[in-house]
Amino acid sequence: MKARDLTELAVRNLREAILRNSLTTLGVAVGVASLVAMLSLGVGLQELANKRLSGSGLFDAIFITPRSNMRGFGAQPRANAPPAAEAQPLDEDARQKIAQIANVVEVYPEIRFPTEIRFEGKPHMTMVAGVPDSSRNGGSFEGMNGKFFSGPSSDEAILQIEFAKELSEKPETLLGKELVLRYAERQALPPDSAAKDSGKGRGSGNAPEAGFSIVPHEKKLKVVGIVETEPAAGFGGFGRGRLLIPNEVAQALRIAQANDLRDVLRGTNSKPSFMSLTARVKSPKQVQAVEDSIKKMGFMAFSLLDATRNLRLIFTVFDLFLGIFGSLALAVASLGIINTLVMAILERRREIGVLKALGAADSDIRKLFFAEAGAMGLFGGVLGVAIGWFIGRLITWGTNFYLRRQDLPGIDLTSVPWWLMLGAITFAVVVSLAAGLYPASRAARLNPVEALRYE
Amino acid sequence: MTTSNNGLAIQVDRLSRHYQMGDALVRALDDVSLNVRAAEFVALLGSSGSGKSTLLNLIAGLDRPTTGAIFAHGRNLAELDSQELAQHRSKTIGIVFQAFNLLPRMTLEENVELPLRLAEVDRGDRAARVHEAIQRVHLGARLTHRPSELSGGEQQRAALARALVNRPAILLADEPTGNLDSATGEQIMLLLREINESLGMTIVMVTHERTLAERFARRTVVLADGKLVSDGEQS
Repeated sequence: MKARDLTELAVRNLREAILRNSLTTLGVAVGVASLVAMLSLGVGLQELANKRLSGSGLFDAIFITPRSNMRGFGAQPRANAPPAAEAQPLDEDARQKIAQIANVVEVYPEIRFPTEIRFEGKPHMTMVAGVPDSSRNGGSFEGMNGKFFSGPSSDEAILQIEFAKELSEKPETLLGKELVLRYAERQALPPDSAAKDSGKGRGSGNAPEAGFSIVPHEKKLKVVGIVETEPAAGFGGFGRGRLLIPNEVAQALRIAQANDLRDVLRGTNSKPSFMSLTARVKSPKQVQAVEDSIKKMGFMAFSLLDATRNLRLIFTVFDLFLGIFGSLALAVASLGIINTLVMAILERRREIGVLKALGAADSDIRKLFFAEAGAMGLFGGVLGVAIGWFIGRLITWGTNFYLRRQDLPGIDLTSVPWWLMLGAITFAVVVSLAAGLYPASRAARLNPVEALRYE
Repeated sequence: MTTSNNGLAIQVDRLSRHYQMGDALVRALDDVSLNVRAAEFVALLGSSGSGKSTLLNLIAGLDRPTTGAIFAHGRNLAELDSQELAQHRSKTIGIVFQAFNLLPRMTLEENVELPLRLAEVDRGDRAARVHEAIQRVHLGARLTHRPSELSGGEQQRAALARALVNRPAILLADEPTGNLDSATGEQIMLLLREINESLGMTIVMVTHERTLAERFARRTVVLADGKLVSDGEQS
């Protein structure tokens, strides 16, 4: 029998016992819905974690330091690390070179310094950190009170809530107010002035190297936002800053850093270098390749790639368990399919005999019952995906309702991507066909003479 | 295996069909031999349990013989596998039952189309063949009616149209008038004879009504206790 005829007959047969078949299909739908709802929760949580982590800048970032640094962030080099290159200064030239590596989105210096803030005439010690403009699209500042910096070089500040509470009992009142940043600017001295001061140069007695002086300065900053959590608190990000300013502004301050002293001693003071740089790549997948390239250039590089690998593994196992629990309902539903089709064989025994008498082969009867099982699986699968999606939305809605009551920002807790929809429907059809195996083969084996005698 | 048919539509050679019922061996058909020529109209007569329906089922390929051979248009049905037997029922045989056996949820037109679906006939050819078969049994006005909306005689004519739609070489009728009153039964018999004469179709009809058999069939074969007891042409 041709596929179209088979389908028409199967659908016609399903329509005949509409109540029973609908209930069986609903059973499949409930099974699929449970599977989809469970997995949508797993996928949603994974996406949420990925979004939060990638938004934090931890997992698509590589932290770069000069090889000459005493402090090694990466601890021991990996066994498969590329061969060590000659140590290079981490200066503006190096920054440009790193920025040209494929898949590198941006490279910015890591600027973080302790300093004094004056607000309403009172001094407050705090840690200031530069924030790259690219962070405006990341997840770190989602749900913040106020807004992100209006531009990459705006004299604006975002306060971490705990620091804001130090400044005012009502932190929200700080928005729009000005505070004063007091800082120590590093000003390079001309070579002759350094010689004059020291009376002699370094080494051979030739032209002396330049030094620098520290000049106190003040800068007014307007508070534009207050962020609940500490963005990217951790390695390689701009964490541990309680007052955040645009990275360009932080660079322009020319804050005296610990490595300035080292540059003076090495005679590289004329070309300022960075203590560290952060390279942001397009996606965590490209981190390893970029990290290796940077190491080949003669710098130390470190990323939290291994942590993302573990995270993926944890979520895969989590999804697997959710999938297994979700599939239990579908397994129960498959028993419903078997029951329905076995009942159909009993009821349609004579009809099967007639079909065989009219020329139907055993395989035609088998295919017909298979098609009916598959159709129930397909309809149940589609309906189940819709119900599962709805349950997911309901979970998200309920969670957000609770979070809002706790004054917390809303989240998208569940996700039903296209592959989950397609996979769930396919799974429902496959399970239904498997459930139809026994009834179909039983129907196909019916003796036509006995079937025709059946009343 | 095939064999030369020498103008024979059906060749039954020492055919037996035995089956076990508890401890007893039932000889439903026992060493029966019978030849049916092409375009012949044969009536199988006998009382209940004589083996006539068993013989019809064997000719139809619905059942398999215990021993012996049965050739239909040169093919030994005893040697065919289930797929080939299905092909035989689809292409060579048309069957009419006493209980009509129309599918109740289908209209007359859909019931008649069913064998064409099973035989994988192109959709484009189906409508014409369905209408031709229905016109032959004079049910053109009842195309969209379901079996429950037809009288007994109309249902049997519909079943006849369904049996004819695949243009089989052999038409098998199992008590076609058994569920009908005598007048309606006679109409069906007239129709069968008309089909036999106009289409040259071989007809083997099982009946226990001797008078009808003798009036309409050209040959009557009598079975009793699974054995062929008489075989005679009508004058």
